[in-house]
Amino acid sequence: MYLSEEQILNRLKELEEKLPASLYNDLKEELMKVRVTEEQLEKIIGEVLRRYEFAKVEPGEAVGIVAAQSMGEPSTQMTMRTFHYAGVAELNVTLGLPRIIEIVDARKKPSTPMMTIYLEEEYARDREKAEQVARAIETLYVRDVVDKSEIDLVNSRVLLYLDEYGMRRKKLGTEEIVARLKSIKGVEIEESGGVISLKLSNPTIKDLRKLANRALDLHLRGIKDITRVVLRREEKEYVIYTEGSNLKDVLRIEGVDVTRTKTNDIMEIQRVLGIEAARNAIINEIQDTLNEQGLIVDVRHLMLVADMMTVDGTVKAIGRHGVSGEKASVLARAAFEITVDHLLQAAVTGEYDELEGIVENVIVGRPVKLGTGMVELVMKRELEESKEAA
Amino acid sequence: MRLRKVVRLRRVDISKHELVPKHEVLSEEEARRLLEELNISRGQLPKILKNDPMVQKIKAKVGDIIKITRKSKTAGESVYYRVVVGE
Repeated sequence: MYLSEEQILNRLKELEEKLPASLYNDLKEELMKVRVTEEQLEKIIGEVLRRYEFAKVEPGEAVGIVAAQSMGEPSTQMTMRTFHYAGVAELNVTLGLPRIIEIVDARKKPSTPMMTIYLEEEYARDREKAEQVARAIETLYVRDVVDKSEIDLVNSRVLLYLDEYGMRRKKLGTEEIVARLKSIKGVEIEESGGVISLKLSNPTIKDLRKLANRALDLHLRGIKDITRVVLRREEKEYVIYTEGSNLKDVLRIEGVDVTRTKTNDIMEIQRVLGIEAARNAIINEIQDTLNEQGLIVDVRHLMLVADMMTVDGTVKAIGRHGVSGEKASVLARAAFEITVDHLLQAAVTGEYDELEGIVENVIVGRPVKLGTGMVELVMKRELEESKEAA
Repeated sequence: MRLRKVVRLRRVDISKHELVPKHEVLSEEEARRLLEELNISRGQLPKILKNDPMVQKIKAKVGDIIKITRKSKTAGESVYYRVVVGE
């Protein structure tokens, strides 16, 4: 007697709590394809459960050490310095070992911040519209569209020679620049034939120099920190890559896909999207960097690293200023780095060490609480009392 | 008047971002049951800052426990808990 689909599903329901979602779904999918008797079904389920239990990490396993080794070994094979980005040759992006170190050190700013901006469907298909978004994002200063600036001492004025080719490419009109320059107080603006002259009443040379600098530093459009934009067609959509990163402002621009747009600045992700997003970003960034070099490391190790880095709500580094430096035990900290300082500080403040960690016990010469060493014997009170009575 | 091209800005719902998992505040009862089951105190849970963008979005208060349903690369879905802490 073969079981009906319904009977199988009913039996599976009981497993939903016991198995992780992906395993449960795979099992369900496979069982829907075959005809089984009740006896066979029980056997399959029994085997799946047995193997799942078998695959679990055992209590006392030194997962941290295993993660460290699993990431450490492949990283010795990484190209020491690689500065290019697969796909976008125009952008320089730190990759390889320097990038891994940067992530794990939880640097405030990555050495080469960059964003990958996806667009909403309507914009992603249309080159015109995609370019429009790209232009709105790339930051543009007066300096970027001025060929050269000059101080004309005879007429005491500042001359800005416009880069007309560049302006055409960036679709920027002279009147936009003039309008922007009007924000400088007390300045008289004249424009003719690609030259803008700025006049002040009774200026000193110093005033003119100051004026020239102020004019050049005026922000015309775009988002702060995004210095370069590259638009690329990928499979069936346009994607914008940028040098520099400003997730918060970019997400607010019309046409940008809020769900997929990302940055390689993990601290920024933490600020804008929260700690959980930062955790995911750490995992993805490390994995992408490793995969780019053809190295495969099980995600579970990376997940552990990311979890450790984000347990207390902020992204903190692995190492002296983060995870290792904040351990509760003095001896563990002293064993890591800056030994004398930690011991001295502990002596001054009268710190107490519970001797619960691994390093502490190695130092003291006791069995380490790891693996089989984790088990302790506990005696039942009644048992002891009954012995005394006897 | 500024002739600067006016870029339309909008409000962004960060919870829609693919990096952000689902965050929910546990009710008092659920929180109590969770702590009992794990046999730990609130302070032993992983933390999340009260000024975290997602905490502000779901309007959780300091001391609340947040249930986070992550998309896991290995388990399909996994549940994590964090307690909201002040600075």
